[in-house]
Amino acid sequence: MRYVRDVAAVIRSKNAGPFELTFDLMFTNKHDYDEVRQAITPAKIAELYKIPEENVLKIVHFEPALAVKVTIKRPRASGALGETDVYGAQQHAPLFELTY
Amino acid sequence: MNEIRVLSPTAILGYGFPVASFEEGMRRDPHVIAVDAGSTDPGPYYLGSGKSFTQRSAVKRDLKYLIDAALERNIPLIIGTAGGSGARPHVEWNWEIIQEIFAETGQTAKVAVIFSDVDKDVVVRKLYEGQISPCGPVGELTTEAVEEATYLVAQMGVEPIINALQEGAQIVLAGRAYDPAAFAAVPIMHGFDQALALHMGKILECAAIAAVPGSGSDCLLGVLKRDSFILEALNPERQCTPMSVAAHTLYEKSDPYRLPGPGGTLDLTDTQFSALDGGRVEVSGTKFVPTPRFSVKLEGAKPIGFRTVSIAGVRDPIMIGQIDDILAGVRQRVQDNFSDLQNYSLHFRCYGRDGVMGDLEPTPNPGHELGIIIEAVADTQDTANTICGFARSTLLHYGYPGRKSTAGNLAFPYSPSDFPAGEVYEFCVHHLMELDDPRELFKIEWRGE
Repeated sequence: MRYVRDVAAVIRSKNAGPFELTFDLMFTNKHDYDEVRQAITPAKIAELYKIPEENVLKIVHFEPALAVKVTIKRPRASGALGETDVYGAQQHAPLFELTY
Repeated sequence: MNEIRVLSPTAILGYGFPVASFEEGMRRDPHVIAVDAGSTDPGPYYLGSGKSFTQRSAVKRDLKYLIDAALERNIPLIIGTAGGSGARPHVEWNWEIIQEIFAETGQTAKVAVIFSDVDKDVVVRKLYEGQISPCGPVGELTTEAVEEATYLVAQMGVEPIINALQEGAQIVLAGRAYDPAAFAAVPIMHGFDQALALHMGKILECAAIAAVPGSGSDCLLGVLKRDSFILEALNPERQCTPMSVAAHTLYEKSDPYRLPGPGGTLDLTDTQFSALDGGRVEVSGTKFVPTPRFSVKLEGAKPIGFRTVSIAGVRDPIMIGQIDDILAGVRQRVQDNFSDLQNYSLHFRCYGRDGVMGDLEPTPNPGHELGIIIEAVADTQDTANTICGFARSTLLHYGYPGRKSTAGNLAFPYSPSDFPAGEVYEFCVHHLMELDDPRELFKIEWRGE
């Protein structure tokens, strides 16, 4: 078991519009990208964020950037009551615990 | 015409750019200067209130250079999503800045102002005709949401901008626009490939963010050819790489292969990113797949009350150990004391535990100190001040089991401790609306000379 954080060059989060939160994991070489990408599943993301699996909206493998993109439903519309992160830029840290 | 050169000076009008980069860009003899001035990222307040999230003097500083260069070379300057959100007050705010520059420099120009505000009656009619659908994970649109929204804007595509250019606009000041539209309008007007023009616009709208090292306040040049486009950073400290450009395609999108916009979707399945000399990148293979009906995105935010916040810290380990019980007790005291007040919400944020992630926080363990923000939102500023102030004073002197620190529970960094934050808004419209004609909503007004 290894941590994705040890091979990923970029782990980031950001709004994709006011109703979705999107995570990008980018790798520096095709080997790491191929090895890790199959391990990133809706079930694992749901577990890390303690959200229902149906709130994991999409996982896309984007080879031109050696990237895996995960999009989840935002807990609330950006800026709505109870908001903690209007831009969604600091929601990525649980991905540091992702293993493969 | 073999190629069109589009200069993007900065990621958001008002974010600035080094003059040397801009001058380098002008030496490449661009056919158009285009700049994006908006985003929904700063949240619902700006669209809802009609205010810009950028600073007036910073926008003026950028515009002075852009207007000067565009008029001197006789090339168009296109501004998309004026004033940050692109509703009428945002556009007028930006127009005032342009007028001020004209007055100071003695310049003038033919300015096309394109409004993107949508009549509520039109939206309600389209709603009943079944021509409005949710955009992403948001519920069906309701007439209440339409009525409650302070401003309703639609994202224009390239068509109204092209109209304005064909009628001789030297400066196009556009309301809410699909981000790539300002950059793709001139190329599409000259018959260049729509998919490549829009994809190039998609990258140019963030300027040098697509370079390494990335920057939102530096210039990027796009050169559109017949079968590809080339991106080049204009600051020698930055360069574009296939990775940096491809990675940018991911930015703020949910699916990098399919990028929906007005009238269709950019399909990047066969897109190639290749390195050229001089830190340039060539992109090809992108396709545009039109949707059966032309749709635009509608946006709106509604007022939900007024906010007051109080900021404080806690260092006492006994208190931190039972913070949830204490905050629940304070909430109860507020309720009991103001049992006649119903229309408020009271929220406690605990930084150092789960202040950043809230319910998504997998490890809500407090550190040795907590930052606490007490937040009240109510139907008047006065009520919000009252609730926040009472919660603050109650928490300050709250007696909890085992308390040793009996002089006060909170460390306040500021006097006054409470901050009225004004009106609060919430996004209430984020939907797609079908149009019969891409130009039907967007009215052009001619100003300037």
